[in-house]
Amino acid sequence: YPYIYNRDGTELHCLKEHGAVLKLQFLRNHFLLASINKFGQLRYQDVTMGEIVGNFRTGLGRTDVMRVNPFNGVVSLGHSGGTVTMWKPTTAAPLIKMLCHQGPVSALAFHPNGHLMATSGKECKIKIWDLRKYEVLQTLPGHAKTLDFSQKGLLAVGTGSFVQILGDFSGSHNYSRYMGHSMVKGYQIGKVSFRPYEDVLGIGHSMGWSSILVPGSGEPNFDSWVANPFETSKQRREKEVRSLLDKLPPETIMLNPSKIGTVREAKKKEKPTKQEREAEMEAAVEAVKGFVWKNKTKGRNKPSKKAKKKQELVAKAKRPFLDQQLKGEQS
Amino acid sequence: MKVKVISRSTDEFTRERSQDLQRVYHNYDPNLRPQEKAVEYVRALTAAKLEKIFARPFIGALDGHRDGVSCMAKNPNYLKGFFSGSMDGDIRLWDIANRRTVCQYSGHQGAVRGLTVSTDGRILVSCGTDCTVKLWNVPVATLTDSDDSTDNSSEPLAVYVWKNAFWAVDHQWEGDLFATAGAQVDIWNHNRSQPINSFQWGTDTVISVRFNPAEPNVLATTASDRSITLYDLRMSSPARKVIMRTKSNSISWNPMEPMNFTAANEDCNCYSYDSRKLDEAKCVHMGHESAVMDIDYSPTGREFVTGSYDRTIRIFQYNGGRSREIYHTKRMQRVFCVKFSCDASYVISGSDDTNLRLWKAKASEQLGVLHPREQRKHAYHEAVKNRYKHLPEIKRIVRHRHLPKPIYKAASLRRTMMEAERRKAERRKAHSAPGSIVTEPVRKRRIIKEVE
Repeated sequence: YPYIYNRDGTELHCLKEHGAVLKLQFLRNHFLLASINKFGQLRYQDVTMGEIVGNFRTGLGRTDVMRVNPFNGVVSLGHSGGTVTMWKPTTAAPLIKMLCHQGPVSALAFHPNGHLMATSGKECKIKIWDLRKYEVLQTLPGHAKTLDFSQKGLLAVGTGSFVQILGDFSGSHNYSRYMGHSMVKGYQIGKVSFRPYEDVLGIGHSMGWSSILVPGSGEPNFDSWVANPFETSKQRREKEVRSLLDKLPPETIMLNPSKIGTVREAKKKEKPTKQEREAEMEAAVEAVKGFVWKNKTKGRNKPSKKAKKKQELVAKAKRPFLDQQLKGEQS
Repeated sequence: MKVKVISRSTDEFTRERSQDLQRVYHNYDPNLRPQEKAVEYVRALTAAKLEKIFARPFIGALDGHRDGVSCMAKNPNYLKGFFSGSMDGDIRLWDIANRRTVCQYSGHQGAVRGLTVSTDGRILVSCGTDCTVKLWNVPVATLTDSDDSTDNSSEPLAVYVWKNAFWAVDHQWEGDLFATAGAQVDIWNHNRSQPINSFQWGTDTVISVRFNPAEPNVLATTASDRSITLYDLRMSSPARKVIMRTKSNSISWNPMEPMNFTAANEDCNCYSYDSRKLDEAKCVHMGHESAVMDIDYSPTGREFVTGSYDRTIRIFQYNGGRSREIYHTKRMQRVFCVKFSCDASYVISGSDDTNLRLWKAKASEQLGVLHPREQRKHAYHEAVKNRYKHLPEIKRIVRHRHLPKPIYKAASLRRTMMEAERRKAERRKAHSAPGSIVTEPVRKRRIIKEVE
């Protein structure tokens, strides 16, 4: 089960609904905790009110590769069939399903600007994707147990006891080797993570964790209203209250977040083709003809009357289609 | 080789003493702010809800009159001083800030039909159904003293008796002529006991009169033959006239665009005209459910307030077809006169229930001196709300106004009636030869003709 603790270490909540969780991710602006458990169920829970916002069976089996795209708030999962799926809390079906690798997906990372995604598969390939066209930009050879993008766009790849840092220096999404760092031979790297406004990369491994300096990876100019590394406790309290006031509802998560406030495209109603219309008319006439007549008694069962009635009903069934035809011809 | 890594020293980024201000650093990169539009939308929603929470427009009622209030006048030189006249001949000068009567003028035998103040704010002119025009002295000194005893009445400076009952009076904005409306339009000077000039067109009574704010010699009147007439004092006869289907109760000139005026009509609409082109209304302002009794423009010229027989006050934009705001109270009965205060923040209404009511022009405005941070916050809320006010959730909240049940029912009834008329006219047009029936725009429909 996942547990929530406060700063002193006391356990506050035990989240039983989530089950045996493999990975947790937090959507910061929406205050949603997303989890994937060993049965492949994706759950979203609102941590301010504690209500479960969405509960979906991915249907693609057990996976522990889960990442939140900070640009638009969609959660993406990497599956053992090589597919990457993207989810939002309001729909039960994934938004996007991409076949990325020929083997299972081992790691996933998103660039902060929302356009780039790095995935690595167990078949020894690392691919850089463009998320606007859903196409591969670059394929690199190598294993990767963990991937992370820094604020400035450097990609850290960790395998075994070796961390490689790649960067695109020409700006053309061509990632080349920038730095490498190998740790002591026996250490197995679990996760790498860049620190937000510093040039520091944190490495979690089997014997603990260590941090290395990576020049040029952090954003040097911070904005005090967004994230202030030097904030006082008063400022932090104010920020917490203001961020709660600006909590986004889960419906605002979408692939393209700039669509909010724009005009919705008018849905073109598809007119049924002539064949379809004729088929519909035939179906209506058949339904009427198949009607079983009750044999009336007391001399009301004249066959001529029955035939006339049948004709009337067929004409009635045909009338709306003919009206539509006329209207279509007129306009 | 020197390798540059981010290193921030704490002294640069934190303050030295607790009296210093905290330093704020900016980085306007949009990548640092994901989902900006969603955050703005949520803030717009909260701003709309907060505006509704703080929307308390009614400030207070000024009571004292013993009969319905029939007319009001505002003093051009003092923000706090308002005059009101009632149906039993009682005229009072009110101090709006303290909501008390400063001065009471009694003497009229019948209803006081018109009140107006001279340009320098020292003389009050009143006229009534007892065929008299009275000039009173406005006590300037007592207006500035806030803690003075009330109810000192005074004698009129001058009383001029004339032939017929008067319906309205208005003073020039710059000059010392005033015009009265009755059987005809008379132009008076302060010192003469007889009108110096008289205009008449037709035999009907003239109901209201208004001088143009920019042109001292132009005035507009409405008459009970459903017409609006424009006069120029330099000519010997009235200039032009537009006849409508229903009579207009009142006119107000736009102080910022002095060629435009708006007329409050009996058919529940207000019609804005350009005085140079009277064959078509500039804009039709719909919203009231019953006859509109009075209208007054804000000194900004961007909005005007109307009071109607259906116990409500509406505030319209100068070019808007629908009202921005509606004010009502259970205790307020038929509204006979409304005035916008000279600083565009308050609306004063006089109604049949002998009270004058003071309202805020912007219902959720915070009165008083605001800290610059508060001002900026209010400005931000306004801006973000205006950016998303077309989206359905926010539009619903911003547009919603609680209406009293009789007005709500009257409004829906009126709507079904107009819908039915419109539908029938549409069908008549669709089933007749194309081009034989021409739909007139609403702006023209209510005008019968324009006469030179």
